[in-house]
Amino acid sequence: MSDYRITTHPILPIKPEPDISFYWNNQKFFAKTDEMISSALFANGIHTFGHHPKDNSPQGIFCANGQCSQCMVIADGLPVKACMTPVKPGMRVYPAEGLPVLPDVPAGAVHYAPIPRKSVEVLIIGGGPAGLSAAQELGKAGVSVLLVDDKDKLGGKLVLQTHRFFGSSEAVYAGTRGIDIATKLEAQARAYPSVEIWENSNALAIFEDHSVGILRKGSQYVLVQPRVLLVAAGARERSLAFPGNTLPGVYGAGAFQTLVNRDLVRPCENLFIVGGGNVGLIAGYHAIQAGIHVAGLVEAAPACGGYRVHLDKLVRSGVPVFTSHTVLEAVGKERVEKIRIAQVDGNFKPILSTVREYACDTILIAVGLDPVNEFICKAEEVGLPVFSAGDAQEIAEASAAIFSGRIAGAQIAEKLGKSLAPVPDAWIQLEEILKSKPGALREEDLPAAHAGVFPVLHCNQEIPCDPCTTICPKNLIQINGQDIRKIPQFIRSEAEECIGCLRCVSICPGLAITLVDFRKRVGTALVSLPYEQEASGLKPGDLIMVTDTSGTALTSLPVHSIRKLPGFSGTQIVSVEAPADMASRIAGLRLISSSEALQSFDETGDFSPDMADDAYVCRCERVTAGEIRQLIHSGIRDINQIKAILRVSMGACGGKACLNMVKRMYLQEGIPLSEVSEPPLRPVFVEMPISLLAHASRNSNGGAP
Amino acid sequence: MTPQSSYDVIIAGAGSIGTPTAFYLAQAGLRVLVLEALPSVGQASNKHAIGGVRATHSDASKIYLCAESIKILSTWQENFGDDIEWRAGGYCFVAYEQEVKNTLQDLLACQKSFGLNIGWLEAEEIRTIIPDIQAEGLLGGTFSPEDGSASPMKTNFAFYTQARAAGAEFHFNEPVIAVGTNRGRIQSVTTSLGRYTCKYFVNAAGSWASEISALVGVPLPVQPEAHEAGITEPVSPMFSPMIVDIRPREGSSNFYFYQHPTGKIIFCLTPSPQILGNRCLDTSDFLPLASQRLIDLMPKLRNLRVRRTWRDTYPITPDGLPFLGTSEAVEGYLLAAGVCGQGYMLGPGVGRLLTHLVTGQLNSSEQECLRALRLDRSFTSAEKLK
Repeated sequence: MSDYRITTHPILPIKPEPDISFYWNNQKFFAKTDEMISSALFANGIHTFGHHPKDNSPQGIFCANGQCSQCMVIADGLPVKACMTPVKPGMRVYPAEGLPVLPDVPAGAVHYAPIPRKSVEVLIIGGGPAGLSAAQELGKAGVSVLLVDDKDKLGGKLVLQTHRFFGSSEAVYAGTRGIDIATKLEAQARAYPSVEIWENSNALAIFEDHSVGILRKGSQYVLVQPRVLLVAAGARERSLAFPGNTLPGVYGAGAFQTLVNRDLVRPCENLFIVGGGNVGLIAGYHAIQAGIHVAGLVEAAPACGGYRVHLDKLVRSGVPVFTSHTVLEAVGKERVEKIRIAQVDGNFKPILSTVREYACDTILIAVGLDPVNEFICKAEEVGLPVFSAGDAQEIAEASAAIFSGRIAGAQIAEKLGKSLAPVPDAWIQLEEILKSKPGALREEDLPAAHAGVFPVLHCNQEIPCDPCTTICPKNLIQINGQDIRKIPQFIRSEAEECIGCLRCVSICPGLAITLVDFRKRVGTALVSLPYEQEASGLKPGDLIMVTDTSGTALTSLPVHSIRKLPGFSGTQIVSVEAPADMASRIAGLRLISSSEALQSFDETGDFSPDMADDAYVCRCERVTAGEIRQLIHSGIRDINQIKAILRVSMGACGGKACLNMVKRMYLQEGIPLSEVSEPPLRPVFVEMPISLLAHASRNSNGGAP
Repeated sequence: MTPQSSYDVIIAGAGSIGTPTAFYLAQAGLRVLVLEALPSVGQASNKHAIGGVRATHSDASKIYLCAESIKILSTWQENFGDDIEWRAGGYCFVAYEQEVKNTLQDLLACQKSFGLNIGWLEAEEIRTIIPDIQAEGLLGGTFSPEDGSASPMKTNFAFYTQARAAGAEFHFNEPVIAVGTNRGRIQSVTTSLGRYTCKYFVNAAGSWASEISALVGVPLPVQPEAHEAGITEPVSPMFSPMIVDIRPREGSSNFYFYQHPTGKIIFCLTPSPQILGNRCLDTSDFLPLASQRLIDLMPKLRNLRVRRTWRDTYPITPDGLPFLGTSEAVEGYLLAAGVCGQGYMLGPGVGRLLTHLVTGQLNSSEQECLRALRLDRSFTSAEKLK
């Protein structure tokens, strides 16, 4: 039996062995208790979960986040989302082929109990950084809070983040890994007795009577009646329409992080990434940490939009990054076998002479996020007082979400007349700082000194981040003017000297600080580098390639030592002895051989990559960009009419994936959205079994079904 | 303001009634303008209809009009090429109570006398057509195999396309704000964008028909009543007919559902007591009530997942029957209003009848319909199968 599990990881603790068995297509597989079916299938090498009833094309995961419904399988006779349904011992899982057949039910009387109702002052939808931080503020003020989250582990996307966080050390735990921040925030929220938390609970609808329909822990439908709703439901990943975009193996970067970092499943061997924002860059690094080869990354813009330090980490690991390039097509039969990419001109049109093909088994889509705003819109429609925080309000970093949650929590407490103190201006200022997009790049300015010991900051872009300044015991790393967006500097001082403690090297979220030590050496320096990839096989004396900041190989050098600082788990410090002239230039190291040779590819076809005619825009109903474009050209300006004619957005996901793409198509055609009518939002936001909605039971005491 | 244009007929509303009416009028060579307040066709009530089409009513005029509609819808693809998803799955009114059985059987004689293909099936026979129906307590039911279903949205769009091809004009985002009369005759229609003259003005404004009629100065007893419907995820074919349960329950009177050709189950419930008004926000009562009735009628559906729900209005009248034809007070003012949630199944028949009214080609059945559905009727014969 093949097992695609991650058994060593530089950061994450390895989970126990599979302990239960289930059946896929009558074949016995092993899984871990409470693991989602999708992860269990991936861990057994299964990527194709079924075929679409309309065109029989293969389907696999796309969002792995309960949103898109692409991952449907039949589990114990019932159609379910594989990514949201835990595998059970002995469960019989089958691919969704055609339409499912409903199982027989035993005859006998059915009883219905009234739907339980629960009143609460504040209902928070979403237990990520924003929701948990808001719950904490409300808890402090003694406000009764119910927080619901659709996952079994709180923290939102923090639980997928292995890197140390950027931002402010004092305010938002910068320098701490995302996974650990999640634990802290959860503990803080739970510390208040007025805060109740329901995990595994979906919000389905908001009704005329201001009640919110919640599927509690997957087993009971409850109507929650809040005085105020706070939507902290985060974001969903944008989709991209290119031929082959529904093939198994094309999925969101979030889905990848879920498989790899939450469930420790190795979903692929050879990855290609579309999108050079932080999500794409970080996912690439997560792949490398999990021992997965990254064949390349394309970014349509002339430069990657994510933090420079994330990009630097990737290129130093040997990942080819193609800016001004786009994906043309995913190629494969039952799953992705290769990707075609091309350079784009100034108008983002591909240049056909530049088409290239790369072998890969997975293509990650990381082209941005959209706020999960349906709850906000619906609450406004029915007149339920509503606040939003985090990505649901505005897409930004998790650090900003923490602050936006605190602010929203404090504002709601104020609205309810339970405020302890007015929201400090400093909070609002800090939230703005944390939301800042990456700023100007500067030319790297390396120290010329060949004596003593000092850190070298390969940090060349203004981003809100300050852990190096707070960790230095001698206070020698400072940010000019106290604005944490400015680039930190190492201050050479007469009074105090760097003691070479390596704390700044260990804590830098961008892995962008090295320590150069000329003491005890003549003509060489000991250079210490942070390393967060798998290095269990690495030992002193082994040759490694050292690179400069942007990944250019400098030379190969033997490892001098490998160690970890107490209190900085996961971050290894690899030291090499380097020529004095080179020492300050060294910013990274790599073990992996660099990129595969490029294959050129003759292509004479006519490509129009974004929204190509045969690319699916609506995955659920399998509607192509060409069909939609034809209606737009015919003069239709009401998306409702496109919906009526082509069924766009009428599938399982309810337009979560496609409606923004349809709007983008209008913009591409030069039609402003002010001329376009949009469809209404309809419940239920997540499909729900009829038996739960009916509160039906087979015994007479009216318990759960 | 644009110079005024002149039309034979102006129709208020591009919905289930207005759009087919525009088609038949334009096809008859008349100059037709449709004025619609919303951005495209079928965006008010039409798109919320679940698609059932039956001639199985208790009133002769509705039976006639719907039978005409069935002829049109069932042959549409053959005549015009558009797939409007017509399927003759039949309608099955089920009886689990003696009282319901009596009501349905009493109606049968009347329905048969109008030539409807409908009969009484014993419980066993119903179970052969609908194997998963709740067998316990089933007393039988009526079955009318020629009734069926189609897509309201696709039908409306098909009528729209054909109407335009036949020369009808449609103006969207252009609500009617005034109607001008001269010596008791319709003369002009004014919108925010222009003034148009016409010989006939058709009120096909659905739940807004009463407001439009007020502009003409003719009081019209039509008011909106809110209903909710829902759709499930798709499953393999289980049954073909529309299943209708007219047993009253706490919170609801009628409940009906069918399986769409794509496998999804579409269901709808009549709230009891009725909820008047234009508020269409989703209620927290609907899903539990509808889900309980689904399980009661077909226990197997308990494991199916609801995908989406929606709420919209029926334009209702005091007796459950529409207003159709001329009004005594204003010459040239034609009513096609108060269709009580059955606009989709009445629309094609109504459109053709109104065209015959304008062109002076009414047959005797149509004349009979107009007499029965006139505005100044007495409202004594309430519809039993609303």
